[in-house]
Amino acid sequence: MTPATWPCPLPAGGEAREYALVFDKAREPRLLIVPALFEESNRLRRFTVEVMRRLDAAGIDSFLPDLPGCNESLQPLERQDTTDWLDAAAAAARHFGATHVLGLRGGCLFTPPGLPAWHYAPVKAATLLRQMLRARILSAREAGDEETRELLAETAAISGIELSGYRLSASFFRHFETMVPGARATTIGQDAVGGSGLWMRAEPDENAAQADALAAILTQAIAA
Amino acid sequence: MSDNTDQLLRNILTDVLGLKPGQAEGFDAGTGLFGHLPELDSMAVAGLLTELEDRLDIVIEDDEIDGEMLETFGGLLAFAEAKRAEA
Repeated sequence: MTPATWPCPLPAGGEAREYALVFDKAREPRLLIVPALFEESNRLRRFTVEVMRRLDAAGIDSFLPDLPGCNESLQPLERQDTTDWLDAAAAAARHFGATHVLGLRGGCLFTPPGLPAWHYAPVKAATLLRQMLRARILSAREAGDEETRELLAETAAISGIELSGYRLSASFFRHFETMVPGARATTIGQDAVGGSGLWMRAEPDENAAQADALAAILTQAIAA
Repeated sequence: MSDNTDQLLRNILTDVLGLKPGQAEGFDAGTGLFGHLPELDSMAVAGLLTELEDRLDIVIEDDEIDGEMLETFGGLLAFAEAKRAEA
C-alpha cells in the first residue's frame, strides 16, 4: 500500500494534485474505489483499506482517490460542485487505468460511467442529507436553538450550509440533493456481506469478516 | 404488529453502538441512552433515528424528537411502538 498523487481537474481549468492510496503492481484488473462521503468516509476508511489489502492478496490492484475537498485534499470543500466530483472520479479512473470501479455508500453517486461498476450499500444523496440535517437540528436544539429542516434546506440552496462540519456550497447542495445511484451498476447489499453496516456505527469500527466477504464478492465478480 | 419492536430496537442499538452480541438484551426501560452514552452524540442519534425509520417503516418528524424520548431505552421503545401503531 502506497500513497500516490494524481492530476485532478480544477473547475476553472488547470489541475491540482490529489492523493490516493494505491495497491499498484501494474496488474489487471485495476479497481478504482470511490470512497463513502462525509462522516461515513471516516467510519468506512479502515474497512475500505482492509478490503483493498485482500484484493491485493487476490491479485487485484486498487486505487482509493481523495475527492477534491475531502480527506487530505487541499481544495476547499465549499468550492466544490457535484460535477467537479464526477470529473475528479473520471480523471482518477483515467490516470490509474482503471478497468473496474467500486462505489461505497455515497461514493456510488460518483462512479464514472463506462466501466463495469459495483455499488456497495448505495445510498441516495437525499438520505445522507436528511441525516446530516437532522444531526444539525439536534445539536442546535441541545444548544437551545430551534432550526427547521425546511428553513435549513431553503437557506442551503441559496447560500450553502455547514453540516456536521462539512461546508457545502449552495450549488453543490442543489445538485447533490437529487442525485441517486446509477442503475447500471451491480448492487452489493449489506445482506451479502453479512452483519450490520459499519457506516452506521457511532464510532469507527472494523470487521474482518465483512472485509473478507466484500473482497471475495468483488474478486469473484471481476473474474467472471 | 408492534410485538417485535422491542427486539428490532435492541438490534438497531447493537448496530449503531457496536455492542457485543447479547449486550443489548440487558437493556431495561431505565437504561440510559442519549446523555448517558458518550458515543451517542447528535450525529449518532441522527443515524440511530434514520435506522429506526428504515427498519420500522416509520417517519419521524424533527419536532417529535425530544430529550425525554431519547433519554432511556424505555422512552425510545414507547415512542417507536406508538409510531408503529399509528403507521
